[in-house]
Amino acid sequence: MLAVGTPAPEFELHSTPDQKLKLSELKGKKVILAFYPADWSPVCGDQMGLYNETLRFFKKHNAELIGISVDSKWCHLAFSQDRKFHFPLLADFEPKGEVARLYDVYDAKEGETQRALYVIDEQGIIRWAYLSPVGMNPGADGILNALEELDNVKQN
Amino acid sequence: MSGSLLTRKVTAKDHIQGNSSAAIELVEYGDYQCPHCGRAYPIIKKLQHALGNKLKFVFRNFPLTNIHPDAMNAAVASEAAGKQGKFWEMHDMIFEHQDQLSESYLFSYAQELGLNVEQFQNDMVSEAVISKVEDDFESGMRSGVNGTPSFFINGEKYSNNWDYEPFLNYLKSL
Repeated sequence: MLAVGTPAPEFELHSTPDQKLKLSELKGKKVILAFYPADWSPVCGDQMGLYNETLRFFKKHNAELIGISVDSKWCHLAFSQDRKFHFPLLADFEPKGEVARLYDVYDAKEGETQRALYVIDEQGIIRWAYLSPVGMNPGADGILNALEELDNVKQN
Repeated sequence: MSGSLLTRKVTAKDHIQGNSSAAIELVEYGDYQCPHCGRAYPIIKKLQHALGNKLKFVFRNFPLTNIHPDAMNAAVASEAAGKQGKFWEMHDMIFEHQDQLSESYLFSYAQELGLNVEQFQNDMVSEAVISKVEDDFESGMRSGVNGTPSFFINGEKYSNNWDYEPFLNYLKSL
């Protein structure tokens, strides 16, 4: 994974069939990038479903959550509507896995992104990185600890 | 994350079933509308039966409100019943009627359990009862709960098979 302290590489991906999202548009906010292998798979569904419930805690830290997988924008739309997600899923679909490669979390053998988390601060610097075993839902506690630590450092 | 620990220790504020000084403490974070929790419900009963006073069981709320629209209300109903000393009765009632959790059903369960229904309805919208559920959720989130049911055994997250046999064997091995 990319090292803590380095700038998060810029990217632009579809967030809906007719909208794109650039990472730099979120400057001034913390960003949680949640790379996950596949829409609809059981572990990913649980993980994104959990984050859907913990969004309000992320927002207290001025943090936006973004999910990223290699699934297409239409697949994301269906998955998101089915699960009532309140955060964007980005389609790292063409060229496939380009952003995941940029963040060093692409699994070329499976053709999917790894299950990995980055927390990026308001200036676009990576402040926390976590690679989860692929079959294991990492939960929200690591993200919250990282967000809290960032806010504490700022206060001191 | 893996290897997570229970960040909020079990206290008298929790709903505890069984021997409160038992050597084995099992905490479940559950969602009343989650089918996996429904499947775990009779397994826990069997474990309690098999382990008797060696087991202390604690249930905490972890409602996933977006995918389970009745989960929050059901959790609140169990806590409201708890105000009248019938938490576990409502807990069981709900898990035994998982497909009937709309408000009118919850009120009828309260009646069936002999609760003061007016008091129950007031408690269901009270700040104290709702924040109890929210506190449970937050403590689970901070402890690495990543789905439901999630189990903690003596303060450590248990991520292995919770089918009856392997679960019992693991608990017996402690």
